[in-house]
Amino acid sequence: MLEYSETVIEHFQNPRNVGIIEDADGVGKMGSPVCGDLMEIYIKVQDDRITDIKFRTFGCGAAIASSSMLSEMAKGKTLEEALRLTDDQVAQALGGLPEQKLHCSNLAASTLHKAIEDYRQRHHGGT
Amino acid sequence: MEKPAKVIYLDHAATTAVDPRVVEAMYPYWSERYGNASSIYSLGREAAKAMEDARKTVADILHCEPQEVIFTSCGSESDNLALRGVAFAQRHRGKGRHIITTAIEHHAIGHTCEQLEKYFDFEVTYLPVDQYAMVDPDDVRRAIRKDTILISVMAANNEVGTIQPIAEIGKIAREHGIPFHTDAVQAGGTLPLDVNELQVDLLSLSAHKFYGPKGVGMLYVRKGTPLLPIQTGGGHERQRRAGTENVAGIVGLATALKLAYDHAAENNSRITALREQLIQGVLERIPDAQLTGHPSQRLPNSASFVFKYIEGESILLHLDALGICASSGSACSSGSLEPSHVLLAMGIPPEIAHGSLRLTLGRENTEEDVNYVLEVLPGIVEKLRMMSPLYQKQ
Repeated sequence: MLEYSETVIEHFQNPRNVGIIEDADGVGKMGSPVCGDLMEIYIKVQDDRITDIKFRTFGCGAAIASSSMLSEMAKGKTLEEALRLTDDQVAQALGGLPEQKLHCSNLAASTLHKAIEDYRQRHHGGT
Repeated sequence: MEKPAKVIYLDHAATTAVDPRVVEAMYPYWSERYGNASSIYSLGREAAKAMEDARKTVADILHCEPQEVIFTSCGSESDNLALRGVAFAQRHRGKGRHIITTAIEHHAIGHTCEQLEKYFDFEVTYLPVDQYAMVDPDDVRRAIRKDTILISVMAANNEVGTIQPIAEIGKIAREHGIPFHTDAVQAGGTLPLDVNELQVDLLSLSAHKFYGPKGVGMLYVRKGTPLLPIQTGGGHERQRRAGTENVAGIVGLATALKLAYDHAAENNSRITALREQLIQGVLERIPDAQLTGHPSQRLPNSASFVFKYIEGESILLHLDALGICASSGSACSSGSLEPSHVLLAMGIPPEIAHGSLRLTLGRENTEEDVNYVLEVLPGIVEKLRMMSPLYQKQ
């Protein structure tokens, strides 16, 4: 098996912010079950700030840990700040990810960006 | 649930612990009887004698002649020597360039066939399997052409444990005069290896699958089978595999194989009972779980499953945290982007194949081990499903 950092394992074992938000302001989805990774991120937004975030992920340890880490990083941030979060930053915050995982399982920030896009489309008819 | 003090090893299809009796048998051949088996003086003769005794032990179990046994460095090398060795020798004799194998072989066969196709102008037919990963001997018969020079079908599948009808396929191959190889790496130590009953011309084994050391394997080659050596050099192994022999490893392989077959009946029946308990327990306790591989024609130690809505590596990580060693055919655990080629060949959709788990029992496993797995696995599956977007709780 691949070598995961302690932070990855800790987030994998105790993922933060798992679930769905029934009345979410924005929802983002990425990945495909056929490829073995599927991520869903739900956000609540107030005054252009992410007040709540939940995720559901089908995937490997890296996919689950990066969703969890991203959810912590994004909570409380303004949308502009959240849009500047990158998949690489998530990987770094996790103490790195194995090379093979950087491209397939590391899509949490990108999924969040989709959720923000969804929010903006719903509330402002796009930006 | 408290993590148990010891590790529960349920990955015997990956490798096994070396039996202490095997270690003991090997021990003198490291620093004491270290001679080169090709040397003429007594140290060398001692090594040669140990190796020839080992060859005889192996030959007795396979019901073949000692000179039909070639020692190699591993199962993959044995498979490579069988395929390349026969393919090149046959083509050199103008016999043709068509090879028949299956879609579920180990990569040592599969990737070798792909290379023979791509770079060496051979043609390969990959036979399909049914939903249980079983090859139909009639498919073998139908695939045979005038220019077919080799058939290779594994004895038992490493991922799902299905035992193939090797003797039936062997009969067909023999009727057509085509050399027949079986990769018996996963079957070694448990299934009968009588090469005449199996009607095989070549058979690969690897010691570390039956409580022997890593780094040593063997290839049985029936007398008269055309074989071009792939590793050239000195005249070792009757000119068929050059390289100073791994005497300690060879002694270890033979000792381990003998121990395995001296106790095969009792070990197989005990382990089969544990396997059934494990399979029944998992299917009873976990909804949307499916046994993969044949329900009865399977290796005594192999229990393999797919669980819908979740991914295999995640299951392994949770099991590891609880001290359980297992494996999966998911893309993530195989280090590729595709899930197991075996599960896909069985018609399992990729999104479900990602959720595979293989538990392979061994000699040291007990009923307590099985009960512990049955106690913790449902919770792990449920936890992962609760966070899966594919899962709708009923």
